Amino acid sequence: MPVTLKDVENIAMLAKLRFTQEEKERLISQLSRILSYFEKLNELDTTDVEPTSHVLPIKNVFRDDVVTGSLPRDQILANAPDQWMGYFKVPKVIE
Amino acid sequence: MDYETVIGLEVHAQLATRSKIFCGCSTQFGEEPNAQGCPVCLGMPGVLPVLNRMAVEFAIRMALATGCEIASRCRFARKNYFYPDLPKGYQISQYEEPLATGGHIVIEMDGKKKRIGITRIHLEEDAGKLVHSEDSGLTDESLFDVNRCGVPLIEIVSEPDMRSVEEARLYCLKLRQIMRYLGINSGDMEKGAMRFEANVSLRPRGSTRYGTRVEVKNLNSFRAVLRSLEYEVQRQTKILQGGGSIQQETMGWDDVREVTFPQRGKEYAHDYRYFPEPDLVPVDIDRKWIEKVKSELPELPTARKRRFISQYGIPAYDAEVLTTEREIADYYEEALQVGADPKAVSNWVMGDVLRELKARGVSPAEFNISPKHLAELVNLVSDGTISGKIAKTVFEEMVKTGGHPREIVEVKGLIQITDTGAIEQVVEEVLSENPEEVERYRGGKTKLLGFFVGEVMKKTKGKANPRLVNEILRNKLG
Repeated sequence: MPVTLKDVENIAMLAKLRFTQEEKERLISQLSRILSYFEKLNELDTTDVEPTSHVLPIKNVFRDDVVTGSLPRDQILANAPDQWMGYFKVPKVIE
Repeated sequence: MDYETVIGLEVHAQLATRSKIFCGCSTQFGEEPNAQGCPVCLGMPGVLPVLNRMAVEFAIRMALATGCEIASRCRFARKNYFYPDLPKGYQISQYEEPLATGGHIVIEMDGKKKRIGITRIHLEEDAGKLVHSEDSGLTDESLFDVNRCGVPLIEIVSEPDMRSVEEARLYCLKLRQIMRYLGINSGDMEKGAMRFEANVSLRPRGSTRYGTRVEVKNLNSFRAVLRSLEYEVQRQTKILQGGGSIQQETMGWDDVREVTFPQRGKEYAHDYRYFPEPDLVPVDIDRKWIEKVKSELPELPTARKRRFISQYGIPAYDAEVLTTEREIADYYEEALQVGADPKAVSNWVMGDVLRELKARGVSPAEFNISPKHLAELVNLVSDGTISGKIAKTVFEEMVKTGGHPREIVEVKGLIQITDTGAIEQVVEEVLSENPEEVERYRGGKTKLLGFFVGEVMKKTKGKANPRLVNEILRNKLG
C-alpha cells in the first residue's frame, strides 16, 4: 500500500509533529515498508481466528470501588513545566 | 416550506462511584485543584489501569433500566487526540464493542407516550478540567486540574428519534430521573453530572430521508441544550428557506452570547485512530451477574407512578409529581405507612413540603418534618382535633423546631373547639357587638356570613370548628 506525502502530513498533524521535507520523504518510504509487511501478514487465512486485543487469556480484572488516596499535590505538579496557584499551566486552546 | 426537526442526543453522565474508573483516586467534587491525581490518571508511563467493578455495575443498571441488550463481552479502546485536558493523549473509551446496545426510554408529552431509542451505552473516563481564569492574568495559557480526570462516565447515545426541542428536553429529564432512581448519577448539573452533545437536522415535513446534520458540543446544562437547539433550528430553517444548504459541521455553544459557532476543523479532526486498549482485559458479563443486578434494581419512576395510582387511588397528576424524585416518593410512602389518607398526604407533600424543601434547599432526609410526623398532622385534621387552617400554623412550627404535631397543638392550646355550647356563646357575643351587620344580613345581605365567621374565628384564635360555626351562625341569624 503506497503511502503518500498527504498521509504523512495528516498523521504528523494528528500527532502534533513537524517534519522537514527530507524527513517526510524518509517517512514515506519507512511507513510504506511497514505497511507492506502487514500486507504480507494479510496473506494468512485468519477466518477462524479471533482478533487479539490482549495477549493474555484473562478477563474480568476488577478493583473494588475503594478510595486508596492520591499523590501529594507537590508531586502531582512536580513535572509541570509551569504552574499557577496549584494548577498546571497549559497552552491556551482557542475554541 | 414546512420543516420537521430531527434531534439525536449523546449524554455523558458521571457515575456516582467513590473512586475513579481506573485508579483509587477520590471522585469527590470541589476539592482543591490537583488534589486527586496519581500516576495512573496523570498518564505516567508504565502504569496499569484497573477497572472499577462498581462502574461496570452502574452501567449494567442503566442498560437494564433502558431495556438494552447487554453484551456478553465488551472491550475498551483508546480514542486518540491531543487536548490539554487529557494527560495521556488518549481517552479510554469503548468503541466497537460497547457494554450495551438497542434500548429505549419512554417520554410523555401532553399525555401521549413516545419511545426514544437508545443506540448504545458505553463506559469511558472523563477528562480533566481546564480553567480560563481572569484572575491569573494569563492570556496565552489555560489552567489544568486533574481531579476530574478518570471519573467514570457512561455515554448514552440516542437514535435520532426526537422531533422537537420539547421532546429533547423531556428525554434529558427522563434520563436524569431514571439515573437518580438507580442511584448511579447525582443529577447535580452544577457539578457537571450530565453533559450533552446534540445532532440536529431539518427535513421537509413528510420526507423520510434525514437532512444534513450539525453537531453541537459543549452543552453543560439543560438550559444550554434547550437554547442551542432552539437556536440551531432557527438558524437552519432560515438557511433552508433562503434556498441555501446546511453544511455538515461541528459547532460549539457560547453560553453567554447564546449562539452556536463553528469549531475549527483542525482541532476536531474526527480521526481518533481507535484501537483496542492493550492495558485492559475484556469484560465478560454473564447471566448470573445481570440477574443479580436486576434483582437489586429499585422500582423505576414509571412503574412507581402506575402503582401509586392503583394502590393509593390518587390522581395521575399527583402520582407524577410525587414520583419525579425517588426521595420524595419514598417520603410519601413512609408517611402512608403510619396510616393516613393518601390524597390528604399527597396534598401536603405536593404543596407545603415541596415548597419548604425548595426554599430551604434541603433533601427530604434533612427535612425537619419526618414522614411520620406529617402523617400525624394530617390525622389531627381528619379526626377533627384541629382545623385545616390551624394545621398550617402547626406545620410552620414543625418546620422550625422539628417538634411533634400533637405536642405543639397541646402546648400552644390549638385544639379545635367542638363544644357547641362554647361556640354558641362566642356567636352570641359577636352578634350583639354587631347589630348593624345583623340587621343588614336579615335584610338580605347574606354575603355577610363570612364576616361573622371571621369575627368568631378571631375571638377563638382560629380554633373553632368552622363547620359548627357556620351551622350555629345560620341558625341564630335565620
